[in-house]
Amino acid sequence: MKKIIKACGFHCIKVNHLGVSFGEQVVLEDVNLHVHCNSLMAIIGQNGAGKSTLVRALLGDVPYTGNVEFRDIKDGHMQKLKIGYVPQKLNVDKNTPLSVYDLIASYQFRFPVFLAKKRDLYGKIKEALSVFEAEDLIDRQVCNLSGGQLQRVLLSMSFMDEPHLLLLDEPVSGVDQNGMDLFYETISRIKDEYDLAIILISHDLDYVRKYADQVVLLDKSVRASGSPAEVYGTEAFRETFGAGGDK
Amino acid sequence: MDFAALFQYSFMRIAFLAVLIITPLFGLLGTMIVTKKMAYFSDALGHSAITGIAVGVICGMQNTTVSMVIFAIVFALLLNWINAKAFASTDTVISVFSSCALAIGLAILSRGGNFSQYSGLLVGDILSITKGEVIALLVVFVITMIFYLICYNAVTAISISPILAKSRHIPVQLMENLFAVLVAVIVTFSIKWVGILIINALLILPAAAARNVSKNARTYTGYAIIFSMFSGIVGLFVSYFTNVATGPMIVIVASVIYFGTLLGQKLNLK
Repeated sequence: MKKIIKACGFHCIKVNHLGVSFGEQVVLEDVNLHVHCNSLMAIIGQNGAGKSTLVRALLGDVPYTGNVEFRDIKDGHMQKLKIGYVPQKLNVDKNTPLSVYDLIASYQFRFPVFLAKKRDLYGKIKEALSVFEAEDLIDRQVCNLSGGQLQRVLLSMSFMDEPHLLLLDEPVSGVDQNGMDLFYETISRIKDEYDLAIILISHDLDYVRKYADQVVLLDKSVRASGSPAEVYGTEAFRETFGAGGDK
Repeated sequence: MDFAALFQYSFMRIAFLAVLIITPLFGLLGTMIVTKKMAYFSDALGHSAITGIAVGVICGMQNTTVSMVIFAIVFALLLNWINAKAFASTDTVISVFSSCALAIGLAILSRGGNFSQYSGLLVGDILSITKGEVIALLVVFVITMIFYLICYNAVTAISISPILAKSRHIPVQLMENLFAVLVAVIVTFSIKWVGILIINALLILPAAAARNVSKNARTYTGYAIIFSMFSGIVGLFVSYFTNVATGPMIVIVASVIYFGTLLGQKLNLK
C-alpha cells in the first residue's frame, strides 16, 4: 500500500439510515455515519448496543436496510468500497499447525498452502508484514503469537488489499498497557501516512479521548456524535457510562 | 512371516491397493476435519450410513451404496443449514439429528430380526473390496485432490475466521457445503470396507497425531498422510498374520502413533 505525504481528504464514506433486525428484534435502526479519509472514528457503547452488529453489517455478514456510499468529493463519483477488517480474535487453538505465512497466504492467494511454500508469495507476505515491523514473525505459529503480535500480523494482512476503510475491533485480551499504547500509536500513524478512513470499535474511553477524531455513541442508534470533548459532555454519554465517564 | 505368500492371494493384493488409496485420502481429509472441529460431524455421517441403507431397502433399491451416499449428502447439508441458523450449539444439534436418524435406520433394518446381515457394516471388511471398487475409490481420490487444490485456502480461511473470510469475498456457505458433501461422499462410500465404528478414528487419529509434531500446513498434511498410510499398511499385514479384523488393527496402530507423538511433544516441551 502506498504511503502518502499529505491527506487528500477528498474521500468520504457515508452510512445512511442503516438498520438491522433479527426477526422481530431491532438491533440497529437509522444509523448515520460520515467518515473522511485520514480520520479515526471511534464507536463506543455498552455491550449489546449493536457495535459488533454494525461491523457485521458493514462487512455484509448480516442483511441490512439503508445503504453505504463511498464517494470522491472532488468529482462526486462513487466507487466500490474496499474494507480491511481486523477481527478481535481468531479461531486458532493452542497447538494448531498454522504459520503466519499459512494464515496470510490462505486469505490472499490461490496457491494451496499445504503443497509448498512459494518463494514469490513468501516475499510478498514478508513485505506486507514489514509495514508493521512484523516480518520476523512470518514462520512463527499463529497460536504462539502474543495479542500485540497477532494484531500487527492482521493489520499487515488487511493492508494488502489497499482498503479505503479500515474496520477494527479493539483488542481486549492478551494485550497489556504497553501493547495498547503501541496499538493506538500504530493506528494514528496509519491514519496520517495512508489514504484511508478508520472506524474503530472501542471499549477504552481514555484512549478514545486521546486518539479519536470523531466519536460515535451507539445504542441501537446514534445517541451522540462529534469530537471526543463534545460527546463526552453530552447527557447521553453520562447516562451510558455514569457521571465520571469511567465505564 | 512370509510376505511373498501374502501377495499370492489376489484379495490381499487388491486390499493392499485399496489401503494405498484410502489411507492417504483419509489422512488428507482428516487434517481439514480436525482443523474445522468437525470430528463430531463426520462421526454422525458415519452413523447416517445405517439410515441410508434403510432408506434404500424401503425404496426397493438394488444398490444401497447409492441410497447411502444420497442420504448422507442430504443429511450433511441439513446439518449445515441448521447450524447456520444456530438454534442450539453445534454438538447438540448434531447429536440430536444423528441419534434420531440412527434409531430410524436401526428400527427399519431390524424389522423381522434381520439385522445380522448388516452387522458387517459395523467393523467393515477391507478384504471384500473388488477391482471395480478400487477404481471407483481412485476416482474419489482424484476428486478430493482437485477440491483440495482449489479450495484448501478458502476452507482454511473460513475455519480461522468466517467473518474475515466473508470480508475477503470468500463464498463461505458454498465452501462449507461443498466440504460437507465431500466428507459425506467419502465416509459413506468407504464405510463397507472401513466400518461405521472405525471410520471416524481413521479420519481423526492421523491428523491429530500430525498436529502434535507439526508447525505449519505443509508438515501437518505431510505427517497426516504418512501416519495414515503407515497405520494402514502395518495394520493390514499385522491383521493378516494375527487373524484379526483389519479395520480395528489399523486403528490400533494409528492410536499408538498418536500417543507416541503426544509423548514426544511433552518431552520436547520440557
